[in-house]
Amino acid sequence: MTQPTCLVVDDSLVVRKAARRIIEGLGFAVREAKDGQEALTACRESLPDGVLLDWNMPVMDGITFLRAARAEFGPDHPRIVLCTTESELARIIEALGAGAQEYVMKPFDADIIRDKFTQAGLLEAAA
Amino acid sequence: MTPDNFNFLAGLVKARSGIVLTADKGYMLETRLGTMLRREAIASLDALAVRLRAAKAEALTAEMVEALTTNESSFFRDGKPFEHLKKLLPRLAAARPPGQPIRIWSAACSSGQEAYSIAMTAAELGPVLGGRRVEILGTDISKEMLDRAKDGVFTQFEVQRGLPVQMLVKHFRQDGARWRIAPELRAMVRWQSFNLLESPRGLGRFDVVFCRNVLIYFDSPTKSRVIAALAGQVAADGVVYLGGAETVLGLTDRLVPTVGERGVYEPAGLTARTA
Repeated sequence: MTQPTCLVVDDSLVVRKAARRIIEGLGFAVREAKDGQEALTACRESLPDGVLLDWNMPVMDGITFLRAARAEFGPDHPRIVLCTTESELARIIEALGAGAQEYVMKPFDADIIRDKFTQAGLLEAAA
Repeated sequence: MTPDNFNFLAGLVKARSGIVLTADKGYMLETRLGTMLRREAIASLDALAVRLRAAKAEALTAEMVEALTTNESSFFRDGKPFEHLKKLLPRLAAARPPGQPIRIWSAACSSGQEAYSIAMTAAELGPVLGGRRVEILGTDISKEMLDRAKDGVFTQFEVQRGLPVQMLVKHFRQDGARWRIAPELRAMVRWQSFNLLESPRGLGRFDVVFCRNVLIYFDSPTKSRVIAALAGQVAADGVVYLGGAETVLGLTDRLVPTVGERGVYEPAGLTARTA
């Protein structure tokens, strides 16, 4: 079985490192991008299985990346999980409408990431 | 804490609950056991290990295990029973006489995630149940937990454990930093204080019983008694869900595992029961 891949997109280095550690712990090979534009470039190089996506970032924000990725790569792949301090219901609905599979409200921990990756279809449900 | 002491405490938790604490969970021991250590005037986790190695540490051991396990509450915990319930409910709805509600018992409901997960499962089935009413009873020994469950208000952290975001959006209302279960789901559940060591006869008959990860706290004779009592309240074509690590093997002949499923049990047929 090939190792699953995940792209972590966040303008905070600290958040990227924390997320990387957790997601590598789930068995993924992780790449990082610090804004939506970098993330698009990374996806064009090699499409990951999953994207953990911050909302508020310079250059290109998460929702713009999400819409661009859905237009370019289709509705199901990669699986995109928002990961943001935006916790308003309206924002969640907006992201789901734009094609996100799951939504993490910061702060997060390993248990939340594991649950959300499972629901997004990136991980098998624990037996 | 020394690795040796950690392994000893983790071994106790595993033996009692089936829950495995890996070495990276050291932080969890400190946060979860802090209150207990202060109250018992135990200086450190190492000192706790020393206390628990001594004889007659039963009460303290039980309390530690509870502190480390009981807040593991998440929505749709373990997933599988709810998948099974989704298939079972339409069958039960079709089998019951008109007007008779389907009754489901969440025994040891803690802060309510299980009962509300059952309510969401039934609500998602919608028309498939042909308008059949589903009544859920949540019971717990802890008044404090029952009050929380009844409120149906969960933190941002709690609603991110086990709950798909689509269901959050559909079945919860945002209330500041918290999330409140929708009134129509709340109306499906009744709450009652109940100790599993008492007779459940007064609670009535159930089509489905959830009693997961509770029996682990009991010794074998108590387990046998509780399982037999639960089985006595379940409809002949109903089921009992136990925790994934739990078994009825050697404890009762009143319940048998459902073939091909894990954690799903059904009342034994008359033959098996009298055998």
